[in-house]
Amino acid sequence: MIENLLFELEMAAPQVILGLVNGAFYALLSLGLAIIFGMLNVINFAHGAQFMMGAFVAWMLLAWAGIPYWGALILAPLLVGAFGVLIERTMIARLYKLDHLYGLLLTFGLALIIEGIFRNGFGSSGLPYAPPAAFNALNIDIPIMFLPGYRVWVVIASVLVCLATWLVIEKTKIGAYLRAATERPELVQAFGVNVPRMMTLTYGAGVALAAFAGVLAAPIYSVNPAMGANFIITVFAVVVIGGMGSIMGSVVTGFGLGLIEGLARVFYPEASATVVFVIMAIVLLTRPAGLFGRG
Amino acid sequence: MADTTIALGTPQAVHEEAGFLGFTRAQAMAFGVLVAFVLISPFFLYPVFLMKVLCFALFACAFNLLIGYVGLLSFGHAAFFGMGGYVTAHAAKVWGLTPELAIVAGGLVGSVLGLGIGWLAIRRSGIYFAMITLAMAQMVYFFCLQAPFTGGEDGIQQVPRGALFGAVPLDSDFTLYWVVAFVFLAGFLLIHRVVHSPFGQVMKAVRENEPRATSLGYRTDDYKLMAFVLSAALAGVAGGTKALVFGIATLTDVNWPMSGEVVLMTLVGGLGTVFGPVVGAAVIVTMQNYLAEFGAWVTVIQGVIFVACVLAFRRGVVGEIGNILKVKL
Repeated sequence: MIENLLFELEMAAPQVILGLVNGAFYALLSLGLAIIFGMLNVINFAHGAQFMMGAFVAWMLLAWAGIPYWGALILAPLLVGAFGVLIERTMIARLYKLDHLYGLLLTFGLALIIEGIFRNGFGSSGLPYAPPAAFNALNIDIPIMFLPGYRVWVVIASVLVCLATWLVIEKTKIGAYLRAATERPELVQAFGVNVPRMMTLTYGAGVALAAFAGVLAAPIYSVNPAMGANFIITVFAVVVIGGMGSIMGSVVTGFGLGLIEGLARVFYPEASATVVFVIMAIVLLTRPAGLFGRG
Repeated sequence: MADTTIALGTPQAVHEEAGFLGFTRAQAMAFGVLVAFVLISPFFLYPVFLMKVLCFALFACAFNLLIGYVGLLSFGHAAFFGMGGYVTAHAAKVWGLTPELAIVAGGLVGSVLGLGIGWLAIRRSGIYFAMITLAMAQMVYFFCLQAPFTGGEDGIQQVPRGALFGAVPLDSDFTLYWVVAFVFLAGFLLIHRVVHSPFGQVMKAVRENEPRATSLGYRTDDYKLMAFVLSAALAGVAGGTKALVFGIATLTDVNWPMSGEVVLMTLVGGLGTVFGPVVGAAVIVTMQNYLAEFGAWVTVIQGVIFVACVLAFRRGVVGEIGNILKVKL
């Protein structure tokens, strides 16, 4: 009996942990989407492409400039975030007065461009990116499973960054401005806050979050041009389920759905790819605004 | 903020006069040009290429019915297009149905799928609607990836074209062309008829001001759902026809880039215009044909067209022409 249970656990534990790792990425990506949407009212379809760029920049930094993982973890989000700022200034900023769907179409086009360029430059097969050996210290080796230290780190890093983002938005002055500008941009502008610049920086920050997730993902998934597209549609479903009203909501939903996906892989593997979408359908039927959404 | 927003696909305000089939005079002339082109072109151009254009034109018209007249941006139309293709291919190959029945089967499955997805998606609007349709379509994609009848990565190959009504063999491209042309024109006129019916007027009212349409006593959700089902059915017909033309149904047609492609076609031609989707489909299919050798650059070029259209060319080809001529096309 107990042996049986242990065996079940041995089967289940790695998948559940893998789900948690996926959840870490869902959380980071949906957090960035939610921040951008809150401030700019734009669904950033290029989020997956920017996630992929983060991974590629990390790879380039290592291969071409010899900058290791830790440097990339800081530099890649900054570089890709700067790219995001450029995009917001030159393109997205022109669309604020139009239907929000144009923002979706524009960023969809950008995603095609970015992914196409990387596919031309690097091909469709992935590039390897080895995690630093230091993470072996975090390896968890217990009777029911072996867990590579790097994956432990991904979950920790994601939780920390999500927490830090939440703190910045809820507890600092700049976060207060941000929340105010999300609700009433004209009024905040009347108080002398430069709202257009805040929008630019918000977009840059959201993109930087995606790139950060990309660097985290580089050692786990092979660095390839399609890695973002595979993630982003699931993340959209996560965003619909969580609702975009709250920061914590998107983080909790992200981790939760990652876990559920992992569990599905154990108990009903055929459904693992679709379980998130099924949950989305159920949530839409019962709470159309999303679990944490308002209105 | 809300009153400065320019809704997607809002047509230019031009006086509408009823004429032939409810077309305005300019539209009737444009329709005449379109029919003439459909009739004459197979004598000059490669019929398979033309059939591809017509299938995508019908697909884009079906998509445009939603965005142009109801104001809903679906990012999941590949599901109906691709599934229509699979069902038609399966019906023609395994069940041995005649081509017209196989296409009808594709359209029926498209509409059933549209009923399910639409029923969920109309609970939200705007950006959420786009994301929900995208996510549900991705679910359909995963289903097609795993379901045994679709053949997974191989797709359904060597689909027989069969004989129309069991009597007219369609093996010649030239014969099949007339069937495809008929399907396209019938679909095009059906959409036009629907848009100009009392039902279509309510659809437009929902797009312009949903609360007001509700206050007038219309169940706006029902209208949205019916439009969605019709659009999905026609997308299924388009996908089924394409599967017969090429004798193959694959995952490409059901995956999300295909949903993006139909948005692009309609955007290039002109959102909410009558003839825009047809022109857009012709432009994009032609482009893909000539640029096929450039491989992945096609994606980049499509992305650039997307960005250019959104930033500087929101009326699209037909919308711009209509604007210059001061007519609604």
